[in-house]
Amino acid sequence: MSDALGIERPQAPFGRRVAAVTARIEHGPYVSLTVRDSGGPRPIAGQFYMLQTVEDWGGGVDGRPYLPRALSFARVEQEGDGLLLDFLLEDVGPGTHRITELAVNDEMLIAGPFGNGFELNAASWPILVAGGIGLAPIVALDDEIRDLDGVRATIFVGMRTNEHASAAAHYGLEHELATEDGSSGVRGYVTELLAPLLSAKNADHVVYACGPPPMLEAVRSICAEHEISCQLAMESGMACGFGACFGCVVPTHDGYTRLCVDGPVLDGDKLDTALVAGAGH
Amino acid sequence: MIAFCGIELSNPVINGSGTFDALAARRVFGEAFERDFPFSAYVSKTITLEPRAGNPPPRLWELGQGMINSIGLPNKGLARFIDEDLPEYATLPAPLIVSIMGFKPEELVTMLQLLDGRDEIAAIELNFSCPNVKTGNIVGSDPVESEAMMTELRPHSTKQLIAKLAPSTSRPDLVAAAAESAGADAISLINTLPGMAFAPGSKEPWLGAGSGGISGPAIRPVALGQVARVASTVRIPIVGMGGVENGRDAAALIDAGATLVAVGTENFRDPAAGNRIASELLQIRGDRVATV
Ligand SMILES: Cc1cc2nc3c(=O)[nH]c(=O)nc-3n(C[C@H](O)[C@H](O)[C@H](O)COP(=O)(O)OP(=O)(O)OC[C@H]3O[C@@H](n4cnc5c(N)ncnc54)[C@H](O)[C@@H]3O)c2cc1C
Ligand SMILES: Cc1cc2nc3c(=O)[nH]c(=O)nc-3n(C[C@H](O)[C@H](O)[C@H](O)COP(=O)(O)O)c2cc1C
Ligand code: FES
Repeated sequence: MSDALGIERPQAPFGRRVAAVTARIEHGPYVSLTVRDSGGPRPIAGQFYMLQTVEDWGGGVDGRPYLPRALSFARVEQEGDGLLLDFLLEDVGPGTHRITELAVNDEMLIAGPFGNGFELNAASWPILVAGGIGLAPIVALDDEIRDLDGVRATIFVGMRTNEHASAAAHYGLEHELATEDGSSGVRGYVTELLAPLLSAKNADHVVYACGPPPMLEAVRSICAEHEISCQLAMESGMACGFGACFGCVVPTHDGYTRLCVDGPVLDGDKLDTALVAGAGH
Repeated sequence: MIAFCGIELSNPVINGSGTFDALAARRVFGEAFERDFPFSAYVSKTITLEPRAGNPPPRLWELGQGMINSIGLPNKGLARFIDEDLPEYATLPAPLIVSIMGFKPEELVTMLQLLDGRDEIAAIELNFSCPNVKTGNIVGSDPVESEAMMTELRPHSTKQLIAKLAPSTSRPDLVAAAAESAGADAISLINTLPGMAFAPGSKEPWLGAGSGGISGPAIRPVALGQVARVASTVRIPIVGMGGVENGRDAAALIDAGATLVAVGTENFRDPAAGNRIASELLQIRGDRVATV
């Protein structure tokens, strides 16, 4: 896939490299970490990196973590001859916990950018749907859209609570919000914002979504019902991120597909379901 | 240079079958990957005669010191491998070792015959971690099965044949000796150890296939023990693997008697692990490596 400007998928430098943390900000339960990448090309929205900390990673007996963790970048900025990469994390287990514990100047080993990224179709009106930590690649995609003339996106964000939603505000996303507890925005799921817009059928839309598997599955089926194409940034357990282990497959109409090289963004119409065994938490 | 199965290799570090897809890596990393190719010889993922989809996900379980996988040998089958992949593999900057597995001896005979004329292939690794369909015994952990299989296959290939043993035996030396006596040109070990994990908070197996194979540092002592035991028995060269993370681990396997060392799971944590481990090994052993 290529990005909005027809740029081919960027190629990752071979191997892993050290990247130091330059900033750490908490947004309620989420943490954004900025790291300085002096070795990699500019990624496109939806691509991801495999990250591990330099200290205290591997060798833990049952504490894990041993394998690197997949994280989508949320924002990229040029800084001198390097990049500042922003990651948005939710602490859901030992790996993400270890990473969210990092402080400024702590070092990570990163490899990437990996995966295909979203394929932005600038001819139709983009609708961006983010659920929870799935906000990360949606922020990156919105940044790419804002760089284009004459295109703007409608953005729907779903979060558990107002506290979680503070991450969307931090990134300056112009969005409509749904929270599960009703503490801010509309009470309910983000797909309740999406469905009426698609039913109105007053424009040619493409939906780009990232979020937990049940949300992606709801988006997929609403889009299928309205015959609207959707690109879903999905998750599965990954060991390598570059096609080496065949561990990250999801079932698609083309058979088992390695999400790390042929995803993580898949067309909804390639799937019977976006509910992937073992993904999510 | 190191002589191994009639090939000259620039260093002793290769990859374990199924732990590095060079064609995917070429797509992901581009030219830098070919320039800094991480292995002195490249071992393909195991190919079977018929295509296989592999096991249902989830296929991975992480351990503090490694992982359990239930990948299930997904591959496009030998015919498409020969047509589509072999020409691509032939352009890699390292000799090619093709790994094959069969569920019946006749399948392996057919595969060896179809691969025999192909000059792109430097050697063939026989993945013997598969159960004999008739007896249910794992060929690579049973001396009688290994010898019978090797005896049947040997006349059908002019290629160097590497027998990859299964670690589920307390006497890998007997299995290796049996394979050697029936004409194997080299032995490689160890493959993953069988294991399983329950899904968090449940009594259901996590892996889609129910159980899987353990790899990584957790199995390193098993690898060292089995390599040492086999090396004390056979004369043919040994490819040692199991939990190699750095030059020190590689040097230990060489000290135990391995001629080559294969890197598996560590590739997942560091795509360029092969290069790093080869240079760490050179630092540790200096010229001694070159005289193995
Ligand atoms: C392409 C991609 C992009 C991603 N982007 C982001 C992002 O931007 N931000 C973010 O926060 N997260 C992101 N994730 C998810 C993130 O990678 C996972 O949350 C993380 O790997 C979890 O690791 P952990 O050790 O913290 O938790 P784990 O303990 O690994 O728990 C996560 C889930 O894994 C399973 N699990 C539990 N134990 C094991 C085990 N031993 N072995 C295997 N599986 C187990 C369970 O289902 C558990 O609920 C992304 C994932 C992918 C694939
Ligand atoms: C994900 C994965 C896939 C593997 N696939 C194969 C395979 O197709 N054929 C094979 O002979 N061994 C396969 N193996 C075993 C490795 O080649 C190696 O023998 C084993 O993992 C031990 O080495 P390690 O601890 O360095 O990983 C696989 C291992 C892993 C982790
Ligand atoms: S994560 Fe290893 S092949 Fe996709």
